[in-house]
Amino acid sequence: MSDTTIPASSAPRINLQVIGPLVALAVLVVAGALMNGNFLSAGNITNVLSRSAFIGIIAVGMTFVITSGGLDLSVGSMAAFIAGCMILVINYFADSLGQSWSLFGIGALAALVLGVVAGFVNGILITKVGIEAFIVTLGTMGIYRSLVTWIANGGTLSMDFELRTLFRPVYFEGIPLGFMTLTWPILLFAVIAIVGEIVMRHTAYGRHCAAIGSNEQVARYSAVKVDRVRMMTYVILGLLVGLATILYVPRLGSASPSTGVLWELEAIAAVIIGGTMLKGGFGRVWGTVTGVVILSLIDNLLNLTEFVSPYLNGAIQGVIIILAVVLQRQKKAER
Amino acid sequence: MSGTPVLELVHVSRSFGPVEVLHDLNFALVPGRVHALIGENGAGKSTAMKILCGYLEPTEGEVRLDGAPAHFRTAQEAEARGIAMIHQEFNLAEQLSVEENMFLGREKRKGWRLLNKAEMQAEAGALLRQLGMVADVRTRISDLSVSDKQMVEIGKALLRKVRVLVMDEPTAVLTNREASVLFDQIARLKAEGVAILYTSHKLDEIARIADDVTVLRDGNVVVHGVVGEFDEDRMARDMVGRDLKNLFPETHDPGTAKVLEIRNLSVPGRVFDLSFDLKKGEVLGLAGLVGAGRTEAMEGLMGLRPATADVQVNGKAVVIRDMADAVAAGLGYLTEDRKGRGLILGQSLTPNLTLLALKKFVRRLIDKKAEEKAMDEAIQTFDIRAPSRQVAVKNLSGGNQQKLLLAKTMLGEPEIVIIDEPTRGIDIGTKQQIYQFIRKLADEGKSVIVVSSEMAEIIGLSDRVVVMRHGRKAGELARNEITEDAVVRLAMGLDGQEYAA
Repeated sequence: MSDTTIPASSAPRINLQVIGPLVALAVLVVAGALMNGNFLSAGNITNVLSRSAFIGIIAVGMTFVITSGGLDLSVGSMAAFIAGCMILVINYFADSLGQSWSLFGIGALAALVLGVVAGFVNGILITKVGIEAFIVTLGTMGIYRSLVTWIANGGTLSMDFELRTLFRPVYFEGIPLGFMTLTWPILLFAVIAIVGEIVMRHTAYGRHCAAIGSNEQVARYSAVKVDRVRMMTYVILGLLVGLATILYVPRLGSASPSTGVLWELEAIAAVIIGGTMLKGGFGRVWGTVTGVVILSLIDNLLNLTEFVSPYLNGAIQGVIIILAVVLQRQKKAER
Repeated sequence: MSGTPVLELVHVSRSFGPVEVLHDLNFALVPGRVHALIGENGAGKSTAMKILCGYLEPTEGEVRLDGAPAHFRTAQEAEARGIAMIHQEFNLAEQLSVEENMFLGREKRKGWRLLNKAEMQAEAGALLRQLGMVADVRTRISDLSVSDKQMVEIGKALLRKVRVLVMDEPTAVLTNREASVLFDQIARLKAEGVAILYTSHKLDEIARIADDVTVLRDGNVVVHGVVGEFDEDRMARDMVGRDLKNLFPETHDPGTAKVLEIRNLSVPGRVFDLSFDLKKGEVLGLAGLVGAGRTEAMEGLMGLRPATADVQVNGKAVVIRDMADAVAAGLGYLTEDRKGRGLILGQSLTPNLTLLALKKFVRRLIDKKAEEKAMDEAIQTFDIRAPSRQVAVKNLSGGNQQKLLLAKTMLGEPEIVIIDEPTRGIDIGTKQQIYQFIRKLADEGKSVIVVSSEMAEIIGLSDRVVVMRHGRKAGELARNEITEDAVVRLAMGLDGQEYAA
């Protein structure tokens, strides 16, 4: 304790918290390959990654929300509501604009604007009105779910058949890369994950999120604009939900009251599995990406193999999220 | 020393990994005597106390209770055998009432399972009145002042019929008057045959209430004896290992240019129409009793609380709505609550250092090399000592945390530095460093406001003193008028005259 110079870094040690999610991912890949020969085929990998892109894009935003000590339960129903509205907008302009990409552009714009507005509403209620994030987003979760049921009149909102055919490539096609296709969803997910990781790790904004999640008072006393930073986490998340919806709509061309059910569970689970602290103060985007892929692989394995019914996927995700938090707790206690 | 010891440490050593923090400590607590354990932060006091109370096991040596080896696996076990500890950080359930806290886990029942509230309230009330506390026992803890919370902690321990009471800096958060109530209670407990271990950085207290003194330095016992053999100078010398003749640096005359003019600063319910000026190169002491509104006034000025005021910096009016505005106007504020509001305890040194002035390190992304360089400079300038930069700030001693907080505040390059309780809970060696640093700031032409409850600090540091009472300015003392008597008279309102601001 008496030396005046402080070493910049102690000897590097293998940190279980860092490699844990990666080890889990590796184990899953090996297990999957052994159980089903089709598991590692180009088609299956493309399929798994494309499907994980929706949750993945949302989970990147969720990482910022949770790191700054918040939570958003409304993302699943928000996605369903935005999807419903996007389809309504596209159908409304279908006659005047015809079957064109500008029609899709208008729908996409509507989705992004709605996402930002929805995030803003959550953010205002949490930061300015001062209601618990849990309660606010539980409330908006119910509101959006009910709204989408209402605009769909309890049934399904669909795009016209020709439009569906036209827009399908947004989800299913992309840039060919060797033996597989880098679909647009995968590409977009990758870009957002990389940007997210840089923002979290290398910008003042990411540092401020972690500071607020660790101790809001310290952040305030350090001249951090706490309300603005927290508000932005919800707005960013809303924007990303809108973006995920833009990719989702062309896949099925429809939205229904059951769209996006339990997405919030999956997104939050991915964030926690990735090593972000549930109570805030520490977050890492690459961990979230790992978590998303882990969850998708489990889902995929359940579909490919016959050990466990795929209907139990939600239950398995529930168990995983609880386990991940238990593991976080123990790590904390050891320190 | 006389009497049979009730609790003893015999050849106790304790290591954390390769680091030995206590070496061969022998030490006995005798019924009816107060044993003071003193030393700088990091000397091993806390470790010794934790071993005594069952929070930690010794690596070598043993704990003896009534002469027989005792192994407390948990603090509860130690408590069941009559050993209680009063922590610096309170162990109280904030949302429960005073009475509910005092009887938590040992509630009195009547009939089948119902609580006997009346009896518990009566017993708690009687005990607390002896301690000089006036608050109702049905008050929620969160509504109590810090000193009242301390009294509840003490009351809780007394209720458990303790034989050994370990007190970790109990007066750090008390006013002089509250402290003297505490000393009366300690005298009463002594008379009842309780053995007391007492730690404090306030050496005058030790001289006043202790019977035996043990001085620790770097985990070793430096000296041990009855209190009569020590005066305050010797205690300080033994703790630090060098002479501390000039605790306070020499003052110089400040300039005459006004850098800060505050008019009618009001914080609803706490501060009323406070007005004063600050000159370039001046150290201004802000004195008053706990609760006089000093911290509230400064936090109001910094935009950390809702407040109204006309503020001029260097003759120009500024509007401060939040801390960022204050920093932009050239103000810096070092909070009195370094653990709750000053530092992120779970993070390492560098992110804590740069949080306030992070903008300086951002090109497009954060320049981590520049951050590390700033850390190097801070370690040099402020003599921050830590085992490594990667350790969480919570593992630093209070003194090093305070130096880090100072470094963080100064990184914002303030012209006007407000330091709230600069040396609370800090050992005397570090205190001296911080005093010299404050003086150096003033000599370099910066202006400093020191908010302090320690009279010696106010008198030793200030070029001028503003005294507050009940949220208002009670008076102002120039350099040659600053005496303990004058400050106290203003703080307590004894002169019967209040400045109409």
